[in-house]
Amino acid sequence: MADTIQFDLVSPERRLASLAVTAVQIPGADGDMTAMPDHAPLITTLRPGLLKVEAPGATSEYVVFGGFAEIGTDSISVLAEKAVPVGEMTRADLDAMVTEARDAVEAAKSSDQPHGLVDDAVKLLADMEALGTHMSL
Amino acid sequence: MPSLKDLKNRIESVKSTRKITKAMQMVAAAKLRRAQDAAEQARPYTERFNAVMAGLAASVGGSDSAPKLLIGTGNDKTHLLVVMTSERGLCGGFNTNIVKKARAHAQELQAAGKTVKILTVGRKGRDQLKREYSDMFVGHVDLTEVKRVGYADAQGIAKDVLARFDAGEFDVATLFFATFVNVVTQTPQAQQIIPASFEATGDEGAATLYDYEPDEEAILADLLPRGVATQIFSGLLENGASEQGARMSAMDNATRNAGEMIDKLTIQYNRSRQAVITNELIEIISGAEAL
Repeated sequence: MADTIQFDLVSPERRLASLAVTAVQIPGADGDMTAMPDHAPLITTLRPGLLKVEAPGATSEYVVFGGFAEIGTDSISVLAEKAVPVGEMTRADLDAMVTEARDAVEAAKSSDQPHGLVDDAVKLLADMEALGTHMSL
Repeated sequence: MPSLKDLKNRIESVKSTRKITKAMQMVAAAKLRRAQDAAEQARPYTERFNAVMAGLAASVGGSDSAPKLLIGTGNDKTHLLVVMTSERGLCGGFNTNIVKKARAHAQELQAAGKTVKILTVGRKGRDQLKREYSDMFVGHVDLTEVKRVGYADAQGIAKDVLARFDAGEFDVATLFFATFVNVVTQTPQAQQIIPASFEATGDEGAATLYDYEPDEEAILADLLPRGVATQIFSGLLENGASEQGARMSAMDNATRNAGEMIDKLTIQYNRSRQAVITNELIEIISGAEAL
């Protein structure tokens, strides 16, 4: 098929996916976006969320946390600090991370951090909780 | 002259030592394969990350509002040395070489009148450095319980380092580890992690002009701390492979030495035995002649 683009999903520990795709839905820091071939070159940071990969004949979903996506002219790479195929993600994993995020909020609130940090932590927590409902776990 | 019994005991003990070193060598070889795989798997991430960071750093680096992690605190007084070594010994000169490099660096800095602080990762490095630099120690990260180094471990170390940086405890941080060249060669290396230095991997990144979302500085502020973790992680993986490589060749040498020793002792044993037999014969013959 002509209108596909090379897509790579890598985490620090391994390469999770490398294939030709028709579209990728990326949970960007400023909102979800769908990148298709011939997208303008763009770099965006990620928020915790679902990454949907649409390849010809198959779609797959990954849960990604932190990192960034690079949309180039001939390839899309997502560098996620942590990435897990949706099927392997369990409620317990997510709960552990939500708890961690909650602790981070508390820690940020209790110490006299600049206000932005508290907001960031709160946003992270909200993203993670939203992710839980999204995945209907 | 040791008795026959003594020699026999010696040979037995060297034989069991050889068995152990042989087993350790084989275990190290298996672990080396795994460690190399892990390092291989991590490479695409690190490479892409550094390429993007290099591009970002080049475009933002000039301005005064650039993050401190990138341009530094403006000072150069206090240096933090993060020395990464192994948790276990019996791996030849691996730990000593890293420590030697770190020590040379520390002495150089001290001679230039700078303050040196040391953070160790891995028990062996701490043991070696504690003797002379105990007053400069600011912390130690213990990875004894960690079977397989994961990104989470690197994140833990990075968090510690970054917290110290935010608290203004140091201006420059340098990472010490050994890069894996091959089984017999591991090169100790010093890599500056704060302020970040990204080697541009050629001009391929400059060819594409990217849009940034959110803006470049926000992305940089988000990614720089991750960059520290990434660099520590790749250092840990390199170190893991180097350690197993060093252990493998050290144990190979030990096995060969044990083999040589066994041969030598066996010859000595046989000679002594022959001497005893000859002696006995002489006694019998001279006894018979006397009759």
